[in-house]
Amino acid sequence: MKNYDIVVIGGGPAGLAAAASAFENGCSSVLLIERDTKLGGILNQCIHNGFGLAHFGEELTGPEYAHRAMEELKEKAPGVDVLLDTFVMEITPEKKIYAMNKKDGYFEISAKAIILAMGCREKARGALAIPGTRPAGVMTAGLAQHYVNMDGFMVGRKVVILGSGDIGLIMARRMMLEGAKVLACIEIAPQPGGLARNITQCLEDYGIPLYLSQTITSIHGKERLTGITVSKVDSKYQVIPGTEWDIECDTLLLSCGLIPENELSRKAGVPIDPKTGGPFASEALETGISGIFACGNVLHVHDLADNVTKEAIKAGKAAALYVSGEAETTSKDAIENPKVFPGKVVKPLNESDDEKAEDENVRHMTCIICPRGCRLSVKLSEPPVVTGNGCPRGEEYAIAEVTHPMRTLTTTIRVRNEDGTLGRVSVKSNGEIPKEEIFNLASKVHHTIINAPVAVGDEVLPGVVATSGT
Amino acid sequence: MKYDIIIIGAGVIGTSIAYNLIPYDVSVLLLDKNNDVAMGSTRANSAIVHAGFDPKPGTLMAKLNVEGCALYEELCKNLSVPYKRCGSVVLAFSDEEKALLDELLDRGNKNGVPDLKILDQNEIRELEPCVSEEALAALYAPSAGIVSPWELCLAQAEVFVRNGGTFIGESEVTGISKNEEGADAKFTVTTNNGAFSADTVIMACGLRSDKVHEFVAEADFKIVPTRGEYFLLDKCEAVKANTVIFQCPNKDGKGILVSPTVHGNLICGPTAEVLEGDPEDTATTANMLAVVKEKAMKSVKNISWRDNIRNFSGVRANTNIDDFIIREIPDNKGIFEAAGIKSPGLASSPAIGRYMVGLLKEGGVSLPEKNGGYDMTRKTVHFRYMSNEERAELVAKDPAYGRIVCRCEGVTEGEIRDAINSPIPPKSLDAVKRRAGTGMGRCQGGFCGPRIVQMLLAKQGENATPLSILQDANGSNLFTSRDEEVES
Repeated sequence: MKNYDIVVIGGGPAGLAAAASAFENGCSSVLLIERDTKLGGILNQCIHNGFGLAHFGEELTGPEYAHRAMEELKEKAPGVDVLLDTFVMEITPEKKIYAMNKKDGYFEISAKAIILAMGCREKARGALAIPGTRPAGVMTAGLAQHYVNMDGFMVGRKVVILGSGDIGLIMARRMMLEGAKVLACIEIAPQPGGLARNITQCLEDYGIPLYLSQTITSIHGKERLTGITVSKVDSKYQVIPGTEWDIECDTLLLSCGLIPENELSRKAGVPIDPKTGGPFASEALETGISGIFACGNVLHVHDLADNVTKEAIKAGKAAALYVSGEAETTSKDAIENPKVFPGKVVKPLNESDDEKAEDENVRHMTCIICPRGCRLSVKLSEPPVVTGNGCPRGEEYAIAEVTHPMRTLTTTIRVRNEDGTLGRVSVKSNGEIPKEEIFNLASKVHHTIINAPVAVGDEVLPGVVATSGT
Repeated sequence: MKYDIIIIGAGVIGTSIAYNLIPYDVSVLLLDKNNDVAMGSTRANSAIVHAGFDPKPGTLMAKLNVEGCALYEELCKNLSVPYKRCGSVVLAFSDEEKALLDELLDRGNKNGVPDLKILDQNEIRELEPCVSEEALAALYAPSAGIVSPWELCLAQAEVFVRNGGTFIGESEVTGISKNEEGADAKFTVTTNNGAFSADTVIMACGLRSDKVHEFVAEADFKIVPTRGEYFLLDKCEAVKANTVIFQCPNKDGKGILVSPTVHGNLICGPTAEVLEGDPEDTATTANMLAVVKEKAMKSVKNISWRDNIRNFSGVRANTNIDDFIIREIPDNKGIFEAAGIKSPGLASSPAIGRYMVGLLKEGGVSLPEKNGGYDMTRKTVHFRYMSNEERAELVAKDPAYGRIVCRCEGVTEGEIRDAINSPIPPKSLDAVKRRAGTGMGRCQGGFCGPRIVQMLLAKQGENATPLSILQDANGSNLFTSRDEEVES
């Protein structure tokens, strides 16, 4: 195996942007290693929209964002080598990389710098220590997302979501669109964990109740899940005895937090910050080991892919400067003066004074146009008067919401491949459609089989475009 | 179908008996009610090979425990089963408990346990730095070990099948009857999946031992199903236990232990709770899990519970009799049983298999020796335990080992393929897990699950449907149908 100046581990949004940035900043010897058979990482299964506003200036679905990031890599950094379906087994402080794949076997690469971009994983049931039986039907929301969106397998019909993280909220809507009933979303904290706009467009839109300050205290069912017991918790998250109630369900999706995936980093001796679960890093995102950089969710868990891309561009540049001997910080800074990452900003679901006034001529809502999630009020006058919006788009949204609410549908469609097998691509409505049309259009899409080949942007049905290709 | 011998129950005891019958020229059927072997107590216990100082001297249990423990190293080597002779310590926290250690030492010496030693505080610390400073003394048993119980059970079953034995699962015994004189076999075993006949029947039915015994005679013992709950912590756990760390035994059993597992995790448990209802109720409870935490921290102070990756419970087949019950059932010539195989049943299992073969011979069962032509060993690839050089060589030979499917445990596509094509093909994701070690790590199958489902579907061929994919036992279907498929 050839050696490289910079090796990037992980081909999701962080790795894609870091590799492109390293190349653009003068490093011509860059290798990107991805364990999956295609680039894009977890974005490929995030078929919903809400990505790209900050980085690409328009609203994209996850697969479209990944597609754009890959195009950027090709255009801006044509010299970056990519190894797919390749698993990094070990990295060393001397920046040796041991990896393997089916084609090249088990091999070793030496690098001058390494950029860690391995992302994160979900907290599984064990981390939550939920008592009860261990039946089928209990899984993390992200795993369900893979089964439903990538494989086209339905994971259940009567669903409860534990935790109100964004993946859980997104999956609540997803399961509803696929014909399941989502009975409840249960959150141990007194406020939701996900973005305010996801509470609106994933729970409220579908009438899914959110139970705050409650948690699951037992799981029932021998082979397949049959139900759960829910209990209220006090302000210290301790279960309050006597508050138990049961929900009959066949599926429980866990959305209780993400953990940066630092097994490789740990083995190499990269110092890890117990607070973020990611490496300590300097301002230039260099870890405690000289020449090893980190970006994206492996460093700390981000709310938005756009922020991951932004951070990765910085890490790519810093690694290129390191290789050319112009580094701005050192690994010592990572330990002595580590960069502080902003923690998650938790907005309580408090009503503004305005809302408490209970004027029946005023409607209140969360803006879903961008991740900021402004809390809007609309006075139902002629014309309506909107307050609380941070930009003109908020005003447009609020007025539409009280006159003719609009939504974007994202789902998947079956594709007949040339060899006769069935596959699946993700699709979205071509722009927003009236909210009440969502289920009709979803049903139409789900009853259709289209023929391969399909490319991103193809109109596969009237008003429906592909967001991933075959 | 007619066999010479039917073994009921494919746990570690039933499969040990089957394995020990390989050298004999008899047809053997191994029956189980579940869709895989190792589905009862075998798959959910502390996974300890006890040294043998607990059982009362002179009991069958004492004899088989010490014998079994001594057989482990070679057996596991022959079967390519993870095993480590890591030793154990029993901690004493008071003068009373110190006196109990002397008693255990004396018992162990009488039972023939090798190299037992009482350690003082300094010696404990040297051997096991993670132990609480409040421990005053310890009984050290270097012959104790840890093993992967379900892998041992599977290996025995696989080698048994490869040598011509028959395994039939999903067949719950509903009756055992004596055939009339002159019939071509002495007994008929009826199940919910057809009837099978044989001249010899061996029961190794774990938690159902008394119920199955009742099919032929009134039971003179009673199974007291005793559930134990556990924590299994991640490999990154800062506390590294080197040995099995016990507390002094009490009336409920051997107490809460803290131990490394052969897979590199840390296990804490079990509690002891007698089940009144379903003897196979393996739920965990908040109360008992809290007990595990509290008591485990008496032995090892700084256990990081946030590294927990799985809670589980297993049920032990305790009885009202203070020994194993291994015999030909009185007044029922030709019917044998191994019942009440509670702790240290796993440690004793290699010796129980041998002992049962001896009983069969004594009972006049015809066991002509094969004239060679059998192989008691098994070779399996454990990619994660290989050196880099071995890995490179293997991947060069067979590229399927060059793709990691389970990222946490480092299990390759080749190993999963081997598992899917093994002599007892897996019928569920958990059955693949038991064979290949997938999904045992910190993400609990979140990453490898979809990939293994695809491999299982590929194996099913043209009519494959996700609706058939099971998590574990029959009925544990992972997927339901989609709306459009229901309609079309």
